[in-house]
Amino acid sequence: MLKIENLHASIDDKEILRGINLEVKPGEVHAIMGPNGSGKSTLSSVIAGNEDFEVTDGKISFLEEDIAELAPEERAHKGIFLSFQYPVEIPGVSVTNFMKTAINESRRAQGLEDMPANEMLKKIREKSELLEIDRKFLSRSLNQGFSGGEKKRNEIFQMAMLEPKLAILDETDSGLDIDALRIVSDGVNRLKSKDNAVVVITHYQRLLEYIVPDYVHVLLNGRIVKSGGKELALELEEKGYDWIKQEVAV
Amino acid sequence: MAFENRVDVEHPVHDIRTEAIKFFEEKGFPTKKDEAWKYTSLKTLLKNDYSVFPKEESALEFKDVKKYFIHDIDSYKIVFIDGIYSSHLSQTSHEGLDVCLMSSALSKPKYQLIIENYFNKIAKTDDSLTSLNTAFSREGAFINIPKGKVVDKPIQIIHLATGKESSIMLQPRSLVVVGENAHVQIIERHQSLTDNPVLTNAVTEIFTHKRGIVDYYKIQNDNPNASLIDNTYISQQQNSHASVHTFSFGGKITRNNLQFVHKGEHINSTLKGITITEDKQHVDHSTLVHHATPNCESHQDYKGIYSDSSTGVFNGRIIVEKEAQKTNGFQQSNNILIDDKATINAKPQLEIFADDVKCSHGCTIGQLDEEALFYLQSRGIPKKEARALLMYAFANNVLESVKIPEVKTRINKLIAMKLGVKVGFDL
Repeated sequence: MLKIENLHASIDDKEILRGINLEVKPGEVHAIMGPNGSGKSTLSSVIAGNEDFEVTDGKISFLEEDIAELAPEERAHKGIFLSFQYPVEIPGVSVTNFMKTAINESRRAQGLEDMPANEMLKKIREKSELLEIDRKFLSRSLNQGFSGGEKKRNEIFQMAMLEPKLAILDETDSGLDIDALRIVSDGVNRLKSKDNAVVVITHYQRLLEYIVPDYVHVLLNGRIVKSGGKELALELEEKGYDWIKQEVAV
Repeated sequence: MAFENRVDVEHPVHDIRTEAIKFFEEKGFPTKKDEAWKYTSLKTLLKNDYSVFPKEESALEFKDVKKYFIHDIDSYKIVFIDGIYSSHLSQTSHEGLDVCLMSSALSKPKYQLIIENYFNKIAKTDDSLTSLNTAFSREGAFINIPKGKVVDKPIQIIHLATGKESSIMLQPRSLVVVGENAHVQIIERHQSLTDNPVLTNAVTEIFTHKRGIVDYYKIQNDNPNASLIDNTYISQQQNSHASVHTFSFGGKITRNNLQFVHKGEHINSTLKGITITEDKQHVDHSTLVHHATPNCESHQDYKGIYSDSSTGVFNGRIIVEKEAQKTNGFQQSNNILIDDKATINAKPQLEIFADDVKCSHGCTIGQLDEEALFYLQSRGIPKKEARALLMYAFANNVLESVKIPEVKTRINKLIAMKLGVKVGFDL
């Protein structure tokens, strides 16, 4: 589904990603872990098409198609979704209106008619129940004055509405208390199927107790230096990153 | 000429006019040498040889100009075509209130007292453009709301220019008197129907008595060759509320001179605006709130979005007299420059002579937030629509205080049109 080969990316001439290789197949859950500044968020931004970063070498393909030149919205239309670490506040635009706009823009891009209003409302109701989101919440301005937990829950609500093929969750667990973490992970798990895939980017093993990965990758200095199964996450939790740094140095 | 054919020379207005002509002749049009006109030049406008009065009266059918009205609500209408009253398009009233014409107010004996008390009483006599209007104005709206009257529907004042003259200068003059406990909502629009140059120099005087409420909405979305100099003067008595919302989207040069004077305690004044410009448009908001009495408040909130090589001016002045203790005066001007060639000159001026006041001003000039843009795009919203959504979000809180839902809907549509998107923000 997603295939990344020898990906190099930089911002303001500073190289952040230095040769990433990663392949994600339908039905899989991948976790990417690593210390601060290792390039985790850059990787997710580059996959989603953030133009602040320049891809200097390598390939990114999605569903067998090279997507390096596509705009973020075109990638979204193909089924890539990025849950932001810091969702942006948009005053004056309600969650509901924002969702309607996003869904209908995707449909238009695919040559479809706008989603009928009743169908939209039904979908919003279903998905908000899944994330235990209050109705009043949906008429509030997008992310404005939301707590950290509300923002993250809203990100996963958007994911549920847009039904992406590939969801990248960037530090979705940061700022979540244990209840919110459970709700968010339950939501993600229920949206999982054999046809879609999830990439979880996180500092901590905690989230991975809820969203269980098939593969864990360790990112260090812009490279994936170690990959393994879910037990690798436990090992990292226990021992930190230093031993990997030493291993890499050797 | 002007009121002359209707007003005898003994009428007090005659003297006012004579004075005004004299002042204008001495002073002439303002130039960039005048501090108040430093950033707005009328030079290009004054090159045209304007007709001051149309040669013939024109008729228009409502269906052809319907879109310039807020047509989905019941309202009183005072409509002018090339400066001449159109009874066909208007819906005036004398039942329990007066919604009619300046020319009739100036000529009928029953309004003589009102004219003597209010006409040209707050319009600045030492302002050359206001004087020009006082001297040459022949028509406008006259609105008189008696004590205790809550007007059941909004009043629309629409000025249409047909373009039959190759270029025309209009001088509408309006007077609004809101009695004690009375309440009125007014919507005003100037609209040219062709690309022929139009220059409108409008003067409106508004008096709000004790506990009176007036909400005034100015929709400025004119053609690229139409320019407007709007001079609106508001005098408020105690416990009155007055708000002016100015939506400036169109026109070549638009200058809004908006002045509030307080004549009592516990007065509330609201001045808000959304400006969205492109090409070489120029929009200038010059506001003044004169706090002369204690315990009053004023709120100014202007949002501007400037594209291409368009220019904006925000000149916001607050004067707090020594007597005006416990004044709350707030002013905010936030601007986004979309293109490198766009310019905004923002100049807050606070002149505070009282010591126990709360006054603040905030002025920002920035660009669209790239991170926010990426966020919206990553949800599948194309760049153009995403930009529009952010601009809308930026200006949105000005719309919150619009009390007529149909006006809000219309402004939303005009913004979407102006930004060239089909996104329905107000779904």
